[in-house]
Amino acid sequence: MRYAMAIDTKKCVGCSDCVVACQTENNIPIGYSRDWITETVEGTYPGLHLQIRSERCNHCEDTPCVRTCPTGASHVIEGGIVKVTPEECIGCGSCIEACPYDARYVHPEGWVDKCTFCDHRINNGQDPACVSVCPTTCMYFGDLDDPNSEVSRITAVRRIKVLAAEAGTKPQIFYLV
Amino acid sequence: MPEIKNKDTKKSLSTIVTDLTRPLKNHYGLTPWMFFLLSVMGVGIASYIYQLQNGLAVTSMRDYVSWGLYISSFIFFIATALVGMLISAVLGLIGIKWITPIARIAEMIALGFVMWAGLIIIFDMGRPDRILNIFLHGRLQSPIVWDLTVVTTYVAISMLLYLLPLIPDMPFLKRVMSDQPKWKQTIYKLLSFGFVGRPEQYKLIKKLTRILAILIIPVALAIHTVTSWLFAMTPRIGWDSTIFGPYYVTGAFVAGGAAVVIAMFAFSVDFRLKKYITEYHFDKMGKLLVLLMLVYLYFNINEFMVPGYKMKAGEDHHILTLFTGAYAKMFWWVQLGGLIIPIILLLFKRMRKPIPSLIIAIAIIIGAFFKRFIITIPTLMHPHLPIQNVPAEFHTYWPSGVEWAVTMMAVSGAILIITILAKLFPVMPIWEIAHEEGISNEEINEFIENGDINDEEKTS
Repeated sequence: MRYAMAIDTKKCVGCSDCVVACQTENNIPIGYSRDWITETVEGTYPGLHLQIRSERCNHCEDTPCVRTCPTGASHVIEGGIVKVTPEECIGCGSCIEACPYDARYVHPEGWVDKCTFCDHRINNGQDPACVSVCPTTCMYFGDLDDPNSEVSRITAVRRIKVLAAEAGTKPQIFYLV
Repeated sequence: MPEIKNKDTKKSLSTIVTDLTRPLKNHYGLTPWMFFLLSVMGVGIASYIYQLQNGLAVTSMRDYVSWGLYISSFIFFIATALVGMLISAVLGLIGIKWITPIARIAEMIALGFVMWAGLIIIFDMGRPDRILNIFLHGRLQSPIVWDLTVVTTYVAISMLLYLLPLIPDMPFLKRVMSDQPKWKQTIYKLLSFGFVGRPEQYKLIKKLTRILAILIIPVALAIHTVTSWLFAMTPRIGWDSTIFGPYYVTGAFVAGGAAVVIAMFAFSVDFRLKKYITEYHFDKMGKLLVLLMLVYLYFNINEFMVPGYKMKAGEDHHILTLFTGAYAKMFWWVQLGGLIIPIILLLFKRMRKPIPSLIIAIAIIIGAFFKRFIITIPTLMHPHLPIQNVPAEFHTYWPSGVEWAVTMMAVSGAILIITILAKLFPVMPIWEIAHEEGISNEEINEFIENGDINDEEKTS
């Protein structure tokens, strides 16, 4: 089992619905978020290229954040999902510094919080909150080990890229470009 | 009454004892000084309680910059503490004589700063109540665990290295301080561990000190290398460097050396010890600082020249921010005011006199602190992916009042430890200075038995 997400940058309109859905679903404190929208513009006028991306924890295969955690609060569960146990976290921040994606933040209660791929929803057979609300259905979630899953099929046919590949963490969020 | 040496060339034992124990009895000016330190600490404690109640949100640390002033000061404190190892272990083991009067001062600085360095990590933690999780669920793979291990080991060995050479001074103190309050005498009695000045006891002390001095070298190297690894083990622009270990260690020697010069000046003036900490010692420390700063400059050139020449995509923005951008003032202060100009100035004999040394050392210390600040913060401001769609305060970092207050509490706490140690125990080893003056153990024992202690007027 290897959960992954594919996000179609051609379809994404940057409406931030995924951000709001996540905040609601996971009861995120006001002012914080586990996912966010990024827009990058490349090239020079008139050959400009705009890319809009919904970003979150990449649930990397090689996890610098889990490696650096002093207490084991950061850990990997079945399906390659990187999670934090709030009760064990001491809030030292070393995982935040280790993450190339800045996908983690310190919760006002002192522990570190991050995207969980909504594992409570996956276990009930649902998609993560962000995926299920996307108005343009630009996000695909599924099991990479299953060749028939939506995410396996779409990453096989479309051109993909990952973010900060130079960090060498083997991220599992694929952007369709 | 042992009239030992000609006083014109040599100091008699009674002069040494009187000079070095005078500050332990004469507390003129101590009350305002302690009041100052304690009030700074009081503000700091109140701020920390406020931070405990309201969480780290009262600091300026946000999503991107989540290690701020606290971690910068942590590296600075560890760096300053490393000098104890340099002076008493490295220079002591290779048999350098002029360190005798300043070795204990360096050890006091090490103790004061390393203890507060350990506390600063706790100030930075989001959930300090869960500190025990590091021991309950500790993972050997985590640099934080390495760091905590070596910091505590260094505290222990530094403490021993401070207390052990103190033992032969206790008989002097017991005799001279007999008019002092009872609790002080109890401390002196406890810490003498039954030392009565037998030759084999001196031998044992010297042997143990030597073993500890050898032991502390790998521990001290480890403490600062591991501190640098907290950063270098992270795949981030500006931290992702292989020379961070030696780079931090030499930087620490520079910062600690400057701190020792400041402390030497303070003690020689305030404690009236100019006879012991002479211009000769400032001259030697100046030369040592030049050597250390040249090595540090070499590492600095490596650290910035190599990526600055290549200007790889991603790194170029970081380098330019340091060279010409928002952190340029601090960066060039570090390189010019904290390194190049002091190196040039200290090459001249006139600049190695006490007062110029003091001014240069203060410039170096400020540079050393800035250096730690620009190691930590600019890197966090330049993540792999662009910072977008976040509140404006996430884009910049300047420490909040709470952070300043807590950091100042740590600084005055370290100075407080040094002050208390200097007021309880002599700042120089009486017995070692006596040995250097050619006074034998028998004469020392004779003096402790029935020696005459000069009164204040005769010596000062």
